[in-house]
Amino acid sequence: MELEKLLFTKEHEWVRLEGDSAMVGITDYAQHELGDVVYVELPGLGKELKKGDPSANIESVKAVSDVFAPLSGTIIEVNPKLAANPELVNQEPYSEGSLFKMKIKQPDEVKELLDHKKYEEYLRGIAGE
Amino acid sequence: MSPLPDLIFEISREGKTAHGLGASRVQSKPAIDPGLLRTAIAGFPQVSEVEIVRHYMALARLNYSLDQGLYPLGSCTMKYNPKINEKLAASEEFQAHPYTPHELVQGNLELMARLEEWLVALTGMAGFTCAPAAGAHGEFTGMLIVRKYLKEKGDPRRVVLIPDSAHGTNPSSAHFAGYEIREIPSNAEGIIDVEGLRPFLKNDVAALMMTNPNTLGIFEKNITAIADALHANGSLLYMDGANLNALLGIVRPGDLGVDVMHINLHKTFATPHGGGGPGSGPVGVAAHLLPYLPVPRVVKDGGKYGVVFAAPHSIGRIKNFYGQFLVMVRALAYLCSLGRENVRQVAEDAVLNANYLRKKLQDVLDLPYPTATLHEVVFSDKNLPVKTLDIAKRLLDYGFHPFTIYFPLIVHGAMMIEPTETESKETLDEFIAVMKKILLEAREQPDLLLQAPRQTPVRRLDETLAARQPVLKWHKGENR
Amino acid sequence: MRYLPLTDTAREEIKKAIGIDDSKELFKSIPADKSYFDLAAIPSALSEPELIAEFKAMGRKNLFPGYLSFLGSGAYAHFIPEVVAYLSAKGEFLTPYTPYQPEVSQGNLQAIFEYQTMMTMLTGLDVANASLYDGATAVAEAVLLAVRKSGRQRILLADSLHPEYSAVVRTYTQNLPIELVTVNVNEADGRINLNDLQAKLNDQTAALVFQSPNFLGVVEDSAVLAQAVHPQHAYAVQAVAEAMSLAYLRPAADFAVDVVAGEAQSFGLSLGFGGPYLGFMTAREEFLRQMPGRIVGQTKDLDGKRGYVLTLSTREQHIKREKATSNICSNEAWCALRAGMYLATMGKDGLALAAGDSHLHAAYFVSKAAKSRQVRIVYQKNFYNEVLLEIKKGTAEAFLTALKKNKILAGVPLNWFYPTVSNRVLLAFSEVHSREDIDRLLQAMGEYS
Repeated sequence: MELEKLLFTKEHEWVRLEGDSAMVGITDYAQHELGDVVYVELPGLGKELKKGDPSANIESVKAVSDVFAPLSGTIIEVNPKLAANPELVNQEPYSEGSLFKMKIKQPDEVKELLDHKKYEEYLRGIAGE
Repeated sequence: MSPLPDLIFEISREGKTAHGLGASRVQSKPAIDPGLLRTAIAGFPQVSEVEIVRHYMALARLNYSLDQGLYPLGSCTMKYNPKINEKLAASEEFQAHPYTPHELVQGNLELMARLEEWLVALTGMAGFTCAPAAGAHGEFTGMLIVRKYLKEKGDPRRVVLIPDSAHGTNPSSAHFAGYEIREIPSNAEGIIDVEGLRPFLKNDVAALMMTNPNTLGIFEKNITAIADALHANGSLLYMDGANLNALLGIVRPGDLGVDVMHINLHKTFATPHGGGGPGSGPVGVAAHLLPYLPVPRVVKDGGKYGVVFAAPHSIGRIKNFYGQFLVMVRALAYLCSLGRENVRQVAEDAVLNANYLRKKLQDVLDLPYPTATLHEVVFSDKNLPVKTLDIAKRLLDYGFHPFTIYFPLIVHGAMMIEPTETESKETLDEFIAVMKKILLEAREQPDLLLQAPRQTPVRRLDETLAARQPVLKWHKGENR
Repeated sequence: MRYLPLTDTAREEIKKAIGIDDSKELFKSIPADKSYFDLAAIPSALSEPELIAEFKAMGRKNLFPGYLSFLGSGAYAHFIPEVVAYLSAKGEFLTPYTPYQPEVSQGNLQAIFEYQTMMTMLTGLDVANASLYDGATAVAEAVLLAVRKSGRQRILLADSLHPEYSAVVRTYTQNLPIELVTVNVNEADGRINLNDLQAKLNDQTAALVFQSPNFLGVVEDSAVLAQAVHPQHAYAVQAVAEAMSLAYLRPAADFAVDVVAGEAQSFGLSLGFGGPYLGFMTAREEFLRQMPGRIVGQTKDLDGKRGYVLTLSTREQHIKREKATSNICSNEAWCALRAGMYLATMGKDGLALAAGDSHLHAAYFVSKAAKSRQVRIVYQKNFYNEVLLEIKKGTAEAFLTALKKNKILAGVPLNWFYPTVSNRVLLAFSEVHSREDIDRLLQAMGEYS
């Protein structure tokens, strides 16, 4: 996986642009912070989300985290493997453990996402705190 | 070889029985459509009486219990459960059916009324209901009272303020009463102050839910000023009395401006926790909230006790029947045994014991809030080579139940320790020595902690596996 | 004081260690003008013998012992084997906290796992939780469960749901945007009126909540009810007040019922004037992540050995706080453990016997009372162990007062719950009643005029 091609949010989601759609997942940093993922609740197909809305819900043994929609749009695909294998979020956060695909509604919002370099800097900032 | 006994279903054998029922001598035929009747229950246990006894005795041996030793869970008040109270609660003469005509259960009604009187005397609230089944149920009841009262005054308001050190039931209970939650930060001392509260105190605030002493063991010393600020804003003060033990006979929440509070009979009033319940969560209110208490209410009319089942302003019924009556029997027995002469000593000893542990452990553990504490103390795992969990698990190897871990959430790697007044100094000294030994091990042989426990029936359990692939019942042939 | 092990010497040593002279210094943070309040209003301590005498005296004011009771309506007298009382009273079961440290709580955890299993066997549903407070709150939680799961806000409540359960549902939902609609009952057979159900059911309905056997004693035809609501994607939620019926009647799952919640006091818990009892909830697997309360699951330890833990706890308040599925924390763990002991002790045969006799004793009463000149049996069939009587002459109160003179508590008058119904009484039967008991009731009824 070429991380350089991904875009990121400060909430530790990644976005891979595919034409007018975006694949969404959580970053390696996020899965580390969560610990062993035991359950992933994904949004329903066709669900309309505004940027920042809670989309998916990821549970580890002792924590629950909302995944916020990185962009506004409509859910057009969810990762079917996560129902039986939630651990994919830990093991392959950028590929097999992706969460969903959405059709982008407001392309302008893409500009607000961080590129890989900026996200790395952001992570260093958190670590330095 | 598993240290656990086989499941009751696995030792079941066709033809065994443990029940002693005789055949009925009543001759009759079923009067139900045959299609509604069931066949035998597949897989249901068939075990002899002696095997039942041995099965449960084997299970009993796998449990750590308060009868066995120190159980210093913070904010849980694991105090000794007097044995006479068990006997009294099991007395046949208290086992009435809840719909028995009132003239035949005057003793039971008197018992409930007397318990309410005791709670009023100890808390200074105007009245109590003993209907709620547990602490969280009491919180919910209390917040329903708050809401109904404000609603009848014209506006139920929207928001309930809850300190960041609060137990998770507080926000959840307020949520189910229809409120939005705003978390308010504790100050550097670990408490709430009026200045910190002020920015949150808008005109949509219905109430503040304050645990006092709070989950850091600290008395919220600004409580009267906070109550005044709330009242001036038309808001109410709810006190979570989970930690009332520290205040018993010392101060009455009713004198501090509290409008509504709950207490836990299974904490302060020595009724057994039963492995997680039953509890009982009586709710006390100030005079202006009396009409809103749930029904039924026990009342005394002349020399007789009666029950009021409907009241115009009441929030309604919160539970079936009267509440956890047999828990009330135990709590009243405890209070009668303590009496005026000892109630204050309970609080003093509980606070002495907690402060002794604090003093003896603060050199070896990080104390995030140096403020004076009452019945419990919270340390952090900061600067330690291991985590709180590892210390807790190592304590198991030394035969002690650990303290509450990772709560309150505002302390990193919290170790929340509440010894209660029913532990001797000798026991505390032993615990302190073990803690110091463990902290030494943490530096010299951390593996002893990381691999702990070793002396328990099972080792650390895989909670991830349990949650990823839930197995929540026995399936024939599949649970090995 | 025997519960306080600190000696005066120990207290002095502790004070010295922590650097205070007087215990009052411990409470300096409490406003001085409010602390150390006057204890005069508090009664003096009782010695252990005095305590026993005091409670005996209170107990003597209870005059119900010696009465032959046919009271039921949500709390039932069943025989409790002595081993259940003996084992459940052990300190190892009574005095632990919630099993937050599973390595030293395997006894309780396994016992609850066994209890959960037996509850699923009885209802036929996939999953059971580790307990809720009581039947009424379990039904209220089931309402909230159906609303969460469906995303809909309309709940149909059968008029034959225990009136206290309905009342608790109303209390629980009073500040939530949930619409409660009552569905009528047929006077003819005591069952839900299907026309009324169809009229009130719509595509915004989350669930129909019905009780079976219902408050009037009648076993509903659950299959018909489930078939009625499922096309609208509403759930069929069955309340159960008499858990013993689960061992006699066909399991709810056979009728496509989605959730069964209610009261399991009948499984080895003494009447105790109404509590503590045992709320239970069982449901189809798809409800699992939305269930309220604790759940025990099987797992493995580091050595691969079987063990049990509290699991799926992300549903609960200590993690999700205001987003939790319920605010419940303390539950009725010991009651569930004891119910598990009861079910295991009664076993396949004993439970079937107790459950069968509960019905057959009621059936015997009905067959004899059918010819009565004093009363009419309102529902002559499809009752389980409760029978609704109509008093032909005078009121229910007059009838009950007359039988009370014969030391018989001949049921619960319906006017307690339905003020306009003045002449109906609900009686409950179980295996604890002998033929002589029932004959005595019949005779006393025959003498009523």
